Amino acid sequence: MSKTVAETRAQVEKSLRRRRLAELRFQAYGIAAVSIGVLFVILLFGSIIAKGAPAFRQAYVTLDVFIDPAVLYPDGIVDTELLATADYVALVRGSLKQRFAEVEGRAATRQLVELVSGSAVQNLQALVQADPKRIGTNQTLTFLADDKVDQYLKGNITRSTPEADRSLSDQQLDWVDALQAAKALELRFNKGFFTHGDSREPEQAGVWGAVVGSLYTLGVTLLLSFPVAVATAIYLEEFARRNRWTDLIEVNINNLAAVPSIVYGLLGLAMFLNVFGMPRSAPLVGGLVLALLTLPTIIIASRAALKGVPPSIREAAIGMGASPIQTVLHHVLPLAMPGMLTGTIIGMARALGETAPLLMIGMVAFIVDVPSTLSSPATVLPVQVFLWADSPERAFVERTSGAILVLLAFLVLMNATAVILRNRFERRW
Amino acid sequence: MTHSVLLVALAVLVVIAFWVGKSRALSLAGGSSRNLHSLPGYYGLLTALWCAIPALIVMAVWLLGQDAILTHLVTTSMPSTLLPVEGGSHDLLLNEIRNVVAGNVPAELARPEVVAAATEYSRLRGIADLSLTGLVLVVALFGLLIVRARVTPTLRARNAVERIVELLLLACSTIAVFVTLGIVLSVVYESLRFFHAVPVHEFLLGLDWSPQTAMRADQVGSSGAFGAVPLFLGTLMISGIAMLVAVPVGLFSAIYLAEYADRRLRSIIKPVLEVLAGIPTVVYGFFAALTVGPLLRGLGESVGLEVSSESALSAGLVMGIMIIPFISSLADDMISAVPQSLRDGAYALGATHSETIRQVVLLAALPGIVGGVLLAISRAIGETMIVVMAAGLSAKMTANPLEAVTTVTVQIVTLLTGDQEFDSPKTLAAFALGLVLFVVTLVLNVIALKVVRKYREQYE
Repeated sequence: MSKTVAETRAQVEKSLRRRRLAELRFQAYGIAAVSIGVLFVILLFGSIIAKGAPAFRQAYVTLDVFIDPAVLYPDGIVDTELLATADYVALVRGSLKQRFAEVEGRAATRQLVELVSGSAVQNLQALVQADPKRIGTNQTLTFLADDKVDQYLKGNITRSTPEADRSLSDQQLDWVDALQAAKALELRFNKGFFTHGDSREPEQAGVWGAVVGSLYTLGVTLLLSFPVAVATAIYLEEFARRNRWTDLIEVNINNLAAVPSIVYGLLGLAMFLNVFGMPRSAPLVGGLVLALLTLPTIIIASRAALKGVPPSIREAAIGMGASPIQTVLHHVLPLAMPGMLTGTIIGMARALGETAPLLMIGMVAFIVDVPSTLSSPATVLPVQVFLWADSPERAFVERTSGAILVLLAFLVLMNATAVILRNRFERRW
Repeated sequence: MTHSVLLVALAVLVVIAFWVGKSRALSLAGGSSRNLHSLPGYYGLLTALWCAIPALIVMAVWLLGQDAILTHLVTTSMPSTLLPVEGGSHDLLLNEIRNVVAGNVPAELARPEVVAAATEYSRLRGIADLSLTGLVLVVALFGLLIVRARVTPTLRARNAVERIVELLLLACSTIAVFVTLGIVLSVVYESLRFFHAVPVHEFLLGLDWSPQTAMRADQVGSSGAFGAVPLFLGTLMISGIAMLVAVPVGLFSAIYLAEYADRRLRSIIKPVLEVLAGIPTVVYGFFAALTVGPLLRGLGESVGLEVSSESALSAGLVMGIMIIPFISSLADDMISAVPQSLRDGAYALGATHSETIRQVVLLAALPGIVGGVLLAISRAIGETMIVVMAAGLSAKMTANPLEAVTTVTVQIVTLLTGDQEFDSPKTLAAFALGLVLFVVTLVLNVIALKVVRKYREQYE
C-alpha cells in the first residue's frame, strides 16, 4: 500500500513537469492577451493615420486666366452689377483650352473643365468683384483641383484599373499628367480642410464648421455641468446628512453614470425639443443634453477630490471660527479644485466624442455655414465624422480619417492637460 | 436675442444690488464695519441674491411654458377649416407655421391661413417677450428694495446668505433626481402612446419588424409590424461576440499585468490599453465599417464563406475591442483587492503561481469580476455608433454572425433621424425601444453595483 520514497518522488516530479508547463501556458495566455490588446491599439491608430494623413494635403492647380471682358460683359456694356451673374466657368474653360489647344468638342471640353473644382468659379468671382480693375488682365491663379484628380495624385486611382471602372478617363489622366509635368498641378498643405465648413464636394469640405459647433456645444456643457456638479459634490460630501433622500440622490447619480448615452438623446428630443420647443440642431440643446450626460462623471470625480482633502484642514478652519460654508468655500474647495478640474476635463473629453445623443436632437443635418450663435444649426466633430463616413465619394474616406485625427488631437490635448494638472497641483497628504 | 439682453440687464441690476446692500449696511453702521453683525460684503451678497434668484426663477418658468401656451393660443384662434381632422398632421401644421415665423419659408409661398397664424404667433410672442422683460426686471427690483429696507446693523446677513447657499447646493444635488425623472417620464409617456397603437405583447414577442407605415391604407404592409424580437436577438448576438472578444483578452491582460508583469512594463502597457477607452465610439464605428468589415469580407472570400460587408461579426469584434480596457481595469482592481495573505497561503501549500491565481485569486475575485462583466454587457447593449455604422439595418432572425443584423439602438437612431411625425407609431416605437434599453441596462447596473459593493466590503 505505502509507496516508497522513490516512487512518490517520481510521481511528484512527473506532475511537476505538467504543472510547470501549465504555468508557462498560463503566462503565455497573459502575454497573448496583452499583445492582442496592444496590437488592436496599433492597428486602430495605424489604419486611421494611414487613411487620414493624405487629407492634410490637397491637389491645387495653377492656371493663367485671362479675365476676358468679352465674357464678363457679353453685350459690351460695362456694368459691375453684371459681375454677379457673369459666366466665370467660361474664364476657367478659356484658360484650360489655352493650355490644351488640341482639345476640340463639347464633351472633351467638359471633361477638361471637370478637372478643376467648382470652387474655382466662386474664387474667380470673388477676385473680380473685389477689384474690377483686374478685368482685361492675365492672372496666375491657384485653384483647388477636383477631388478625383486629388485622388489620382495620391495614388487611389490608378491607370491599371480599366477605364470604365474609374471616375477619370484615360484622356483626363493624360491631361493631369501633363499639368503635373508642367508643375501646374501639385499637392500642397490643405488649408481649406481647417478653414472651410462642410460641403458636398469633397475637395471643398473642411472641419472648421464642426470644430466651431463642438466648441459652442462644449462651452454650454461646461457652463452648465461644472457648477452644478461641483455644488452637488459639495452638498453630498460636506453638508448632507445620511438619510433616505441623500441615499436616493446617490443611487441616482451612480445609475445615471451608466445609462446609455442614446437614452439622453431621447430625453433631449422628448423634453427639450417637443415639450419646451427649443430649436433643433442647436449647440444650445446639444450642450444641455451633454451637460446632463457628463454630470454624473464630474460629480463622482469631484466627490473623490473632496474626500481627498484631509479632515484636519476642516477642523483647523472651524477652530479658527469659520462657518461651515466658509470652511468649505475658503479652504476645502481650493484644495480640491485641481482634482475637480481634472475630472471635469475628462468629462468634457467624453462629451466631445459623444455622437449618438446629438443625432437624436437633429445635429446630424448637412450644414455648410459655420455656426454663429448658440441657437443656429450646427454640427459637431464626431457627427461630422459620422456624416462623412456615410458619403460615397472615395475622397471622403480620407477626409473622415482626417477629421478623426483632428478629433483625436483635441482629445489628446484635453487628456494631457488633465494629466499635467493632476501631476502639478494634486497634493498627497 | 432679447433674452440675452435681458440677462445682461439683470446682471447689471444684480451688481447694483450688491453695492446698494453693502453701502446701505455701511452707512447704517456709521461707516465702520465693526458695528455690523456680518462683513459688509454679506449684506451686499444678500441683496444681490434676493435680486437675482426670484427673477431667474420667474424667467425660467416663463420661458419653459411660453411655447406651449403660445401654440395653444394660436391654434385656438385659427379658423377651424385649417385644423386637421385627425391628429396626424397637427404637428405638420405647427411646423409650417414655425417655418414661416422663422423666415425659413417666405410668406408668399405659404397658405394665407398659415401666414395669418404666423403673424398672430409673432404678435403674441412680441407681447410675451415684452411682458417677460417687464416682469423680470420688476421682480428683481422688488427683491432689491425689500432687502435694502430690511438691512439693519443687527441683521444676521452672513447666516442668511449661508442658508441660501446651502439651499442652492441642495437644489443642485436634486438635479440628478430630476434627470432620472425626466428620462423616465419622457420615455414612458411616449411608450404608453405607442402601446395604445401596438399591444405590448406584440411588441415584446412579435417576430416581424418592419416599422414603415404606408402613406395610403391600401398599400402592402400599410400597418407596419412592430415585433422587436429580431432586434433583441441582434443586440444579444453583437453583445455576445463583443464579450467573447473582450472578456478573455481583458481578463488575461488584467491577470498578466497584476500578477506577472514588472512595474515598468505595467506602467507602459496599462495606459496604452486605456487609450482604447478614450477613443470616441464613432471612430470605432468608422474602423469597423471601413477596415474590419472589408478585411473580414476578404478573409471570408478566401476561404469560400460569404460575409456581408455589414456583419454582426465586424461590429461585435470592434465593440469587443472597445470594451477590453473596461474589463481589464475593473478586473485589475478586483485582483489587486484580493488580500496577499490568500496568495501566501496558497504558495505555502506548494501551489505554483498560475495555480494560485486560478484556484485562489480568481475564485476570490470572481464576484467582482462578474459584476464588472455585467457592467460591460450593459455598455455593449447601449452602444450605438459602432452598430449604426457597421451592423446594418436588416431585421432578420439569424444565428449567422456573418450576416447583417440590426440592434435596438440602430433602430432608435434610424427611426428618429430625419423627418418625424410625433403621432405615428413609427416614431413612438423608438421610445418604446428606448424604454426597454433603459430598463435592461438599469437592472444590469443595479445588480452589478450590488455585486461589486458586496465584494468590496468582503475584503475591506
